[in-house]
Amino acid sequence: MSEENKMTPKMDYDPSRVQNVEVGVSSTLDNIGVELLPIRVGGDTVHAKRMGGFFRNIKWMIAPIWLLLFLGPYLRWDSHQAILWDIPNRQFHILGLTILPQDIWMLALILLFFAMALAAASAIAGRLWCGYFCFQTIWMDVFTWIEEKIIGNPNKQAALDKAPWTFEKIKLKGLTHLIFLTIGLLTGFSFVAFFTDALQLWQDIFSGTASSTAVTVILVLGFATYFFAAILREQTCVGVCPYARIQGAMLDKQTMVPTYDIDRGEPRGRMKRVRPGEEAPKLGDCIDCNLCVAVCPTGIDIRNGQQLGCITCGLCIDACDSVMEKLDKPLGLIRYASLEEFEGKIQPPLFKRPRVLVYGGIMGFAGAVLIYGLATIAPMKLNVLHERAPLFVMLSDGSIQNKLTIKVVNKTDKMMQVKLSADGIADMRVEGDVELLNVEPGSVGSTTMLVKVPRANLKGDNTPVHIHAQDVLHPELVQTYESMFIGPK
Amino acid sequence: MAHENPWPNEGNTGHIWDEDIRELDNPPPLWWMLAYYAGFVMVVFYALYYPSLPGPTGHTEGLAGWTQIKEYHDDFDVLKQWRGEKFAAQEQALASKSVEEILADKNLVNYAVATSKAIFGDYCAACHGSGGMGNVGYPILADDDWLYGGDAAAIYQTLVSGRLGNMPAYGAMLSEQQISDVSDFVIAMANGKAEDSSVAAGKDVFNNIGCAACHMPDGSGMSFLGAARLNDKVWRFSGDKAEVVKTIKHGVNAMGEKNTRPAVMPAFAERLGDKEVKRLAVYVHSLGGGK
Repeated sequence: MSEENKMTPKMDYDPSRVQNVEVGVSSTLDNIGVELLPIRVGGDTVHAKRMGGFFRNIKWMIAPIWLLLFLGPYLRWDSHQAILWDIPNRQFHILGLTILPQDIWMLALILLFFAMALAAASAIAGRLWCGYFCFQTIWMDVFTWIEEKIIGNPNKQAALDKAPWTFEKIKLKGLTHLIFLTIGLLTGFSFVAFFTDALQLWQDIFSGTASSTAVTVILVLGFATYFFAAILREQTCVGVCPYARIQGAMLDKQTMVPTYDIDRGEPRGRMKRVRPGEEAPKLGDCIDCNLCVAVCPTGIDIRNGQQLGCITCGLCIDACDSVMEKLDKPLGLIRYASLEEFEGKIQPPLFKRPRVLVYGGIMGFAGAVLIYGLATIAPMKLNVLHERAPLFVMLSDGSIQNKLTIKVVNKTDKMMQVKLSADGIADMRVEGDVELLNVEPGSVGSTTMLVKVPRANLKGDNTPVHIHAQDVLHPELVQTYESMFIGPK
Repeated sequence: MAHENPWPNEGNTGHIWDEDIRELDNPPPLWWMLAYYAGFVMVVFYALYYPSLPGPTGHTEGLAGWTQIKEYHDDFDVLKQWRGEKFAAQEQALASKSVEEILADKNLVNYAVATSKAIFGDYCAACHGSGGMGNVGYPILADDDWLYGGDAAAIYQTLVSGRLGNMPAYGAMLSEQQISDVSDFVIAMANGKAEDSSVAAGKDVFNNIGCAACHMPDGSGMSFLGAARLNDKVWRFSGDKAEVVKTIKHGVNAMGEKNTRPAVMPAFAERLGDKEVKRLAVYVHSLGGGK
């Protein structure tokens, strides 16, 4: 061991500037200058103070989006549920549109679009999803709101946690948790109701005839909701959610996140009345009131900088601004800002940031293909499968016959009568059951087509042919499939 | 490795590399160890419950009497029962209806075709090829040329009682020249040139020694006897002259003829039962040439 370890970086933080860093957890970590920001890992439940403000209002405005989950299953369209994942019948109804498994590739694009939207949002403004849209944080927000209505302010809540189990405590705790569980089970129910007729599902549940799958999913999702939003709470965001763990890779120095203006705020301290003769202490704008910590739903101290536990909900900004207002100091001691802004650099516009461009480009691509797919989704699909054994046979009159299996997918909700034909080679004859193929709505009709061509009319072993399908009942529905006629070499 | 341990009290093993990388001797987490011990206990129950221990006379059967093949059979029985219930109506219809009646019901035809692929593969494809694509010496079932008739009733009859082709061997009755002439004539007939003067000698032989009795003077064949149609492009055996000569010389299934061509279709009525034969008849009819 040498006198001084050259590998060890000097501690370059000033403990007087950054407080609340857990020093002394491990002398080894201290030696090599690793700061451990305190993350709550269980222990006491966080009881965050609730107060009004700009970001609080935004949260309330966005949260009702999730009412769609609860109310969506009861919307109707024509004779069916407006949004219905009909798995037994392999159909997805969204308003007037029916999507069959053949078009499920569009789902991949939807997922890609939203994955990229998440990444782009993270690059621009951090965990926008977590702070304002995520079901976990919104359910948790509603649950803590209920807690406050029933038990009282955060101090009362914390006191009740520590109080012995009296009848009063059982009553209050029981009531809140009963409501939590009810919301949880309603959540599970609403999810399942998108997969089957919602009103029928209510009936089935109360008559005890609901399928075991539906009941299991409702119970599992219901208790999961209860467990994550009422029991685990912010620990879900810190320790369970994968997005929290990868967000560090998605942020850069130009990302705008709620940040404490350390230069303006430090050294922090409570204001004291200066006695005559005493020199006023040189203090920053932060009066160390800890209101930003008190309102934080994940119980972190934003003044330690951007960290794993921060869901960027902006509630600390509301809290700090309310204090700054009273002190007649400029707002924004905690504000949405990027690291580069604090370094004195000018924030580049969005279109000059490669991350935003790449994410946005992929989003645009997925969105464009999706719109193309939805716009050109054909009500009828024609598939032609060429018989492989044998590829062709020679008939008595010397002509060559190919056998094709025709499948017609009816994506509409009306009956189809499909007339099939083929062309592409001179003197081609079509036989088989091709006159009128009845296809039920949302199903596949199948038939066999025998195509016969005089051998003299074949130029090579592969000749392109076109198979046509036309719905006699709706003659505008026409599909063409390009197939191959295979003959001897 | 350092000679003295600068961190004596942190529970390291004394193995120190690069001055400060140490191997610590921390115990695994309790839950992990508990799961580990639980695994040991589990092994005991597992060994008792399942067949596991080898012995001099075989292995232990296990308390559950479980075997993999038994589970397979049980699952297969479940599947068979499910199928039996789901398709009871179709199976009933296949058993009670005639082949013509089945062909009139499009859904039933689809069901019969879909369910006969395995049985066709087991009993028919060895000779006739998958999809009825034929084989050397065995007829193609997907074309429109039928020895014994291509309607559903004829195919059904072929499957029920089998077929035995029969053509006499002419090697002893005709001269080499006559056989060559008649071969030329038969090949010309397939190409629509039966009236050419170049094959007039062969035509003479064809009409006079008895060929026309079964194959008919115009070569249209006789499905009642299974006599092949000769005025089309499809050959029962081959259209090469040497092969045609061989067929005429040695016949088909000719008694006492060593090099005769074998042509035997076994009977399947007893082997498979009437319902399966009907199912196969419908399938063969659907292969591409049914009439």
